[in-house]
Amino acid sequence: MKDTYEPYVTEDGRQIGGVLMEMKNITLRFGGVVAIKDISFDIREGEIRAIIGPNGAGKSSMLNVISGFYHPQEGEVWFKGEKRKPMKPYQVAQQGVARTFQNIALFEGMSVLDNVMTGRLTHMKSNLLQQVMWWGGAEKEETANRERVEKIIDFLEIQHIRKTPVGRLPYGLKKRVELARALAAEPMLLLLDEPMAGMNVEEKEDMSRFILDVNDEFGTTIALIEHDMGVVMDLSDRVVVMDYGKKIGDGTPDEVRSNQDVIDAYLGVSHD
Amino acid sequence: MFYREAGDFKTSYVDDSQTFPISFDRYRYYFVLFVAFALLPFMVDDYWASQILGPFLVFSIAAIGLNILTGYCGQVSLGTGAFMAVGAYSCYKLMTGVDIWYPAVCDGSRILFFWCSGRAEYQIWFQLPEINILLSILLSGFITALVGVFFGLPSLRIKGFYLAVATLAAQFFLIWLFNSASWFYNFSATGQITAPDTFVAGVQVTGAETQPWALYMVCLVFAFGCAWMARNLTRGSIGRRWMAIRDMDIAAEIIGVNPLKAKLTAFAVSSFFIGIAGALFFAVVSGTAEAGDVFGIQTSFEILFMIIIGGLGSIFGSFAGAAFIVILPVALRVIGTEMFGWPSEIVEHFQFVIVGALIIMFLIVEPHGLARLWQLAKEKLRLWPFPY
Ligand SMILES: Nc1ncnc2c1ncn2[C@@H]1O[C@H](COP(=O)(O)OP(=O)(O)O)[C@@H](O)[C@H]1O
Ligand SMILES: [Mg+2]
Repeated sequence: MKDTYEPYVTEDGRQIGGVLMEMKNITLRFGGVVAIKDISFDIREGEIRAIIGPNGAGKSSMLNVISGFYHPQEGEVWFKGEKRKPMKPYQVAQQGVARTFQNIALFEGMSVLDNVMTGRLTHMKSNLLQQVMWWGGAEKEETANRERVEKIIDFLEIQHIRKTPVGRLPYGLKKRVELARALAAEPMLLLLDEPMAGMNVEEKEDMSRFILDVNDEFGTTIALIEHDMGVVMDLSDRVVVMDYGKKIGDGTPDEVRSNQDVIDAYLGVSHD
Repeated sequence: MFYREAGDFKTSYVDDSQTFPISFDRYRYYFVLFVAFALLPFMVDDYWASQILGPFLVFSIAAIGLNILTGYCGQVSLGTGAFMAVGAYSCYKLMTGVDIWYPAVCDGSRILFFWCSGRAEYQIWFQLPEINILLSILLSGFITALVGVFFGLPSLRIKGFYLAVATLAAQFFLIWLFNSASWFYNFSATGQITAPDTFVAGVQVTGAETQPWALYMVCLVFAFGCAWMARNLTRGSIGRRWMAIRDMDIAAEIIGVNPLKAKLTAFAVSSFFIGIAGALFFAVVSGTAEAGDVFGIQTSFEILFMIIIGGLGSIFGSFAGAAFIVILPVALRVIGTEMFGWPSEIVEHFQFVIVGALIIMFLIVEPHGLARLWQLAKEKLRLWPFPY
């Protein structure tokens, strides 16, 4: 693990920059349940950061804290070197953070194209009057954004289902459309909650390739939650390990793999 | 000519997002416009203008309004009738010169406001000049938009059935207000409002002597304008914001949609159209109105039925639903009473049965209504005569 905050270049030649997001001593409680206990970690520009841990460890809750759905009782969230005020999810999105959900959250009544177009909403600024008249930039804006969306559709290889209503798609493709919608926002930070859950081996390989390509081609910083250890070890630059709301490990895949606490947690050593 | 998209290649995204991407559809649309604007004005008689085409166009506008709120943004409203009343009464006040009364002290102690009529103590403090009828109708739309936003505020906290009940409260409150505050009907003894004669470029458009073609043309121009605006709004980013809120509000927030703004713009735009419909219905189509009578809860339901039967989330469906609900009773009367000589109560009951059955059918089987059936028919046609 690199301890300094100096930019460095990974073995496969990708540029890792300074700290983009930092969680400081986050504690999140639901009534008596402590979902996150005093966790600190950072996400650096350009890296793929994995969060792993058994079910109920608090991983999804951590993403929900980042994206503004949950507000921690203690701790601070720092983004781009500034302490973040408590924010609503749509404000977080407007700052350049996009995400996908553990359970797919697509707009079932819309086509694939419209779903991906919604990802561009943070970039679409024309006002009500311009839209009513379809004039003064509204049409130009629509076309310009459509061009970007088509690039992402090509990139994720979903051209053939462009006009299909999302409700009719199989699970694996829905996951891909959800990724397309998040990518359409051209986020600085992309949060993926179990992007490969429920997929077969082939679909997992496709998804892994897409995640690597996104990181590589767009330079997007990615934080992802994943259960499949093989995938995590292949994809990520650094890994945070959570168990029962606590952080039990943090480092490169190799460091985490040899960490005794992590081995215990995954082998199911009893907690007493 | 075949109904095909083959050979009809789109070479730009602008072409692909136009309203009628298939050229055959486009020609049919121009044909309908041609008939509506160039032929029908010479053909309509009084009965067709004031009983069929006028109400059809006006209710189409109202249905577009409700469809934006319910079909596109997913917020249920039962206050449509009352919002039409807001449009109607706004238009009446604007046409007759809005009067602001100075609250005079009477009985020594109590301050009387405009709604305690019959007292001589208060006096006009300020009166607007009468405003041009077309402008009045437009302004009525804006006033209704403001009222709609106000009654839309609960939607930020409550959803679905509870929101419907809240809008029902708005319905009863507003109708009560228009019936009890005599300022709204200019203190007339009957409690009715009656549109004065008004003219546009020398042609009478409101009042008893209005020519059928003038009545029809005013409604048509507004209906066309409203449909065009609604279409523009629903195909761009604002439309997608609304649909995102409708389909899944949590996901909408995560992609950066401010739910407060999206819902309130939906209430504003929806009420704008409904207000225009109310103003047109009162001033141009019927000439007189009384709040509880024409803008009651039954009107709210009728418009809701229009969008359910016509198709939720479809501009075309709003027209189809309005046509259906306006024409059904007329058609039943012509067929049932006049052709077969059935008693008129029975025919009327038929109407309830048919509408009821259709609502249930569409809600369960095909929530996209007539518009979707039309589309399916077109898809079949597109493959005809070789379905494989
Ligand atoms: N909205 C909530 N209300 C109450 N408890 C919650 C809520 N969200 C998560 N939790 C609790 O927090 C803990 C962590 O859940 P979660 O973050 O979903 O775990 P993971 O994603 O690691 O499987 C669980 O015990 C869960 O029951
Ligand atoms: Mg989870």
